[in-house]
Amino acid sequence: VSTQSTGVHLYCVFRTDRSARIRRERMIFNFYIFSRNGTCLYYEEWNIPKEGRTPKAIQEEQKLMFGLLYSLRGFITKTSPKPCETFTYYKTSRYKLHYLETPTGLKFVLNTDKDAPTMTDELKKLHQEYYVEYALKNPLYKLGEPLGACEGFNSRVINFLTSHPEFKRRVVH
Amino acid sequence: MAANKQKEGERVFKEQEKINAELFTLTYGAIVSQLIKDYEDIEEVNTQLEKMGYNIGLRLIDEFLARSNVGRCHEFPETAETIAKVGFKMFLGVVGSVLPNSWNAERTEFSLILEENPLVDFCELPDNYSSLNYCNIICGVIRGALEMVQMRVECRITKSVLRGDDVTEFKITLKERLTDDIPMGDD
Repeated sequence: VSTQSTGVHLYCVFRTDRSARIRRERMIFNFYIFSRNGTCLYYEEWNIPKEGRTPKAIQEEQKLMFGLLYSLRGFITKTSPKPCETFTYYKTSRYKLHYLETPTGLKFVLNTDKDAPTMTDELKKLHQEYYVEYALKNPLYKLGEPLGACEGFNSRVINFLTSHPEFKRRVVH
Repeated sequence: MAANKQKEGERVFKEQEKINAELFTLTYGAIVSQLIKDYEDIEEVNTQLEKMGYNIGLRLIDEFLARSNVGRCHEFPETAETIAKVGFKMFLGVVGSVLPNSWNAERTEFSLILEENPLVDFCELPDNYSSLNYCNIICGVIRGALEMVQMRVECRITKSVLRGDDVTEFKITLKERLTDDIPMGDD
């Protein structure tokens, strides 16, 4: 670390214990909104390498995602020891998938790095403050149509997610 | 259960943005008058009001779910109380009541009464319009909203203050619970 405010160079030495130094990257990878019947109403991705991501590949992935969510939710509700409605997230060694489903069948999906905190509040906000206010209340938006064309919604969601603290930052312990 | 719903209704109503009630009432009256002028046939006006309400209901349900803390209703009587105490309070500022004696044996039909109805303030129906269901838009809203949460219902007005009754009464019948259809893939 060096500062040049008074022309004096200050060097600090960090002693790091190897085992305690963990470098993590906080990232949001993508965000999906699915309608009840499986149409992907909205999709955005960030921080993912671009090779091989043709529009067709992305579309296939969306279909796969919906199929997974549908089956997973059914599986979880059937095998749960106590009655439950749905799941909030699942986590693998590489990523964490956060899920919100409204009683109207809308599915909000957010993929982040595996160490992110729960994003349920963010998903609720995306539903309440963005989808309801800028898509539903937009008379030019037809229900069930892709939301990409809904400019007010699109720009605000991108802004919200890209300026979120979990979006992309390096955390060094 | 009704007491909880009432409290939830009050809470949501407090947080809602509000508009001038007279403006709302008069605007609605203007819409109905214009519909009558355009269609001239009262039955057609009733149908159009219901259709308009249906389209509103499809969207209104998401806002309702986002703002209120009600989760999925497990039984139809719970749905009835939610509509009466939370739904009407949130959007019209009035609380309805479900008539306990109006339930049928299978618990699929009930009557909901509104003692106060902001839509009909200042309104008088001339004799030649007696078949007009002035509040039919509400029937459509209920039908549209419930369809988005997997219930197909029929809603009609059975009592109207404009026709001399002292309350507005809606009869709501659950026709079918809709199930999710799995979309088949193209591959």
